[in-house]
Amino acid sequence: MEAQFLIAGFGGQGVLLIGQLLAKAAMHMGMNVSWMPSYGPEMRGGEANCAVVISDEPIGSPLVTEIPIAVIMNKPSMIKFTPAMEKGGIMLYNSSLIDITPDRDDITAIPVDCNGIAEQLGNARTANMVMLGAILKKTGVVSIDAAMEALKATFGPKKEHLLPINREAMEKGAACVS
Amino acid sequence: MGQKMLMKGNEAIAEAAIQAGCRFFFGYPITPQNQIPEYMSKRLPKMEGGCFLQAESEVAAINMVYGAAGAGARVMTSSSSPGISLKQEGISYIVGAELPCVIVNMVRGGPGLGSIQPAQSDYYQSTRGGGHGDYRMLVLAPSSVQEAVELTQMAFDLADRYRNPVLIMGDGLIGQMMEPVEMPDYHPAADLPPKTWAATGWTPQSDRERAIINSLYIDPAVLEKHVNHLYEKYAVMEQTECRWQEEMTEDADYILVAYGTTARIARSAMRKLREEGIKAGLIRPITLWPFPSAPIAQAAEHARAFLTVEMSMGQMVDDVRLAVDGKKPVHFFGRTGGIVPTVREIITQVENLAKEGK
Amino acid sequence: MAVIYEKTGILTDTPLHYCPGCTHGIIHRLVAEAIDELGIQGKTIGIAPVGCAVFAYNYFNTDMMEAAHGRAPAVATGCKRVNPDNIVFTYQGDGDLASIGAAEITHAATRGENITVIFVNNAIYGMTGGQMAPTTLPGQVTTTSPYGRDPALCGYPIRVSEMLATLDGPAYIARCSVHDVKHIMDAKKCIKKAFETQIAKKGFSMVEVLSSCPTNWGMTPREALNWLEANMIPQYPLGVKKEVE
Repeated sequence: MEAQFLIAGFGGQGVLLIGQLLAKAAMHMGMNVSWMPSYGPEMRGGEANCAVVISDEPIGSPLVTEIPIAVIMNKPSMIKFTPAMEKGGIMLYNSSLIDITPDRDDITAIPVDCNGIAEQLGNARTANMVMLGAILKKTGVVSIDAAMEALKATFGPKKEHLLPINREAMEKGAACVS
Repeated sequence: MGQKMLMKGNEAIAEAAIQAGCRFFFGYPITPQNQIPEYMSKRLPKMEGGCFLQAESEVAAINMVYGAAGAGARVMTSSSSPGISLKQEGISYIVGAELPCVIVNMVRGGPGLGSIQPAQSDYYQSTRGGGHGDYRMLVLAPSSVQEAVELTQMAFDLADRYRNPVLIMGDGLIGQMMEPVEMPDYHPAADLPPKTWAATGWTPQSDRERAIINSLYIDPAVLEKHVNHLYEKYAVMEQTECRWQEEMTEDADYILVAYGTTARIARSAMRKLREEGIKAGLIRPITLWPFPSAPIAQAAEHARAFLTVEMSMGQMVDDVRLAVDGKKPVHFFGRTGGIVPTVREIITQVENLAKEGK
Repeated sequence: MAVIYEKTGILTDTPLHYCPGCTHGIIHRLVAEAIDELGIQGKTIGIAPVGCAVFAYNYFNTDMMEAAHGRAPAVATGCKRVNPDNIVFTYQGDGDLASIGAAEITHAATRGENITVIFVNNAIYGMTGGQMAPTTLPGQVTTTSPYGRDPALCGYPIRVSEMLATLDGPAYIARCSVHDVKHIMDAKKCIKKAFETQIAKKGFSMVEVLSSCPTNWGMTPREALNWLEANMIPQYPLGVKKEVE
């Protein structure tokens, strides 16, 4: 089993955190994982992306060049990464901020109203967790419980009070996809 | 072993160094290694006697390392390719004065300012000394974050044992990637020699000789003797410190030779080639100097050909050819400038060799 | 017979290699006497430069390190940070400190690095055979300014002490000369004061000592001392440039 993700958006959307939670949760399940951020000058321009590989074999390249699962949080990232999608790949995208669809008919595109749902929940910052819930439901790579454990460790005691709303966000996101 | 943590290569190396007793770090910012000095700047001031200092340049940083090592401390610096070039002067002096230290190079594409993406094009510089004069450094090339941790800790012991700098040669990918790490319980080797040579203050009543940390030997006969002494140490290193990993080489027709990041990708290619029915194997040098020539020479007895894969225009391939000694063809595939080769590219290379009967 | 003068034990018995009439020997003695009088031999580490004083590690009877050209302040920094109770001094010439090592001295000074710098300024590269230094005077003939230093071509001499005295880091900076007995005695006081500054953990201290180079200036020792007094002191005024109480 090997799952490869490319997660992209702009800085502040929490795309690196989505990747880290996926990797941490899978690590705690005993899987091999790697998380690789882009560290080029585009970071300074506000774009951020990371590649996550989860495998029961030792991981070769931590880079994801032919993308089987893309998680796209903003429009420039959709334009940038659509051509790099693997045939038959899945693209989960943040339909709240992206008013186009990927111009490929050989991939499956799944809209998730990340910001809309997060705002309904009363915390716009949970948009990334809505997306994480959708990823977990679609791929089954780790459970929401495992992701919550990883989030708890990341937040530490100071932000523990934010765990319930983040869980709710993940569950709402999961409900968006079949 | 401690808890499994997801750690960035750069941060894991910094923590491993601290666990190994490194309390002094001197560095200068450069991408893609900045998390090492950042981590050290957070941790070292909180430790007894610990000191992090951001130097005015890489040149100053390596000379601060010289001073700290000369005073007997476990000390480290890190940089990336252009910065490592600047450190070469100091490294040569450190070798000449026989001081122990650990230097990390998270290699990026060159020449010149190059790129900030992963590369392995500093292989010649790393394994041939790098600065002026007759010398070598032990060069360790981790291919995972866990291995980076283990090699960093080992590097401090090796440096102290041989009174010679040890270079950890990673690349942007090893430094920036997060992987699971278990921090080993570090214990220094029991037989490390005491640092009776360190400059810590002396009077005629002291029970040691006056310390002179120096690389100047103005009399050629004395300098030759000194360099011969260095090379006696290097001979011992070649005998005892060579490290490598072999996978599926026994029956392999095609042996891939790769290190660091490239070895991970070559390994994936090897597995896929096996699935296709092409007998591929992998030799992964862990020490780039001393270079593991013996297993390569041995594989040359039965393999059909070698393919060296690097993130450079072909540097380690020279050492592979020296080891194979003309017995079998040694081919090369590389990407450079910060491009990481893909599994597919490596498979295609081997498939073509097999098709052409090479 | 009564002993009326004795060499300090802080200098070894190794004969100095300096040219006849060179003032390095006097400056070595002043530094060694200061170390002796302050009773700090057992914790002093000296950092030798590249230049005429490159063999200083053979002369000072303390633990010593030999640094790369210009890097002595960085080496001293590393050494001092490891053992803050050691007394660490560098001994550097003008090419070493003011040219190739300009960055290292400036940053050690601005960090207030608690070290002592003995800066020997003789306005020329001695060791390599009399080339132009950053402190060479306008019009001064050297082997690389054979028509005299032309400021239009290669700029003006650097007044290091005044420059560093503008920084907040240094605790004590003074310029002295060793061209006659009175000034030698003054230089001794300044050097001792610099070490005392370090012992008191006040921060960076430096003494610039104007020195002669009869060999490369092409003069007799007496002529060289006269030339120093007449030409160098107007360019490099003596005195304490900074002192933090």
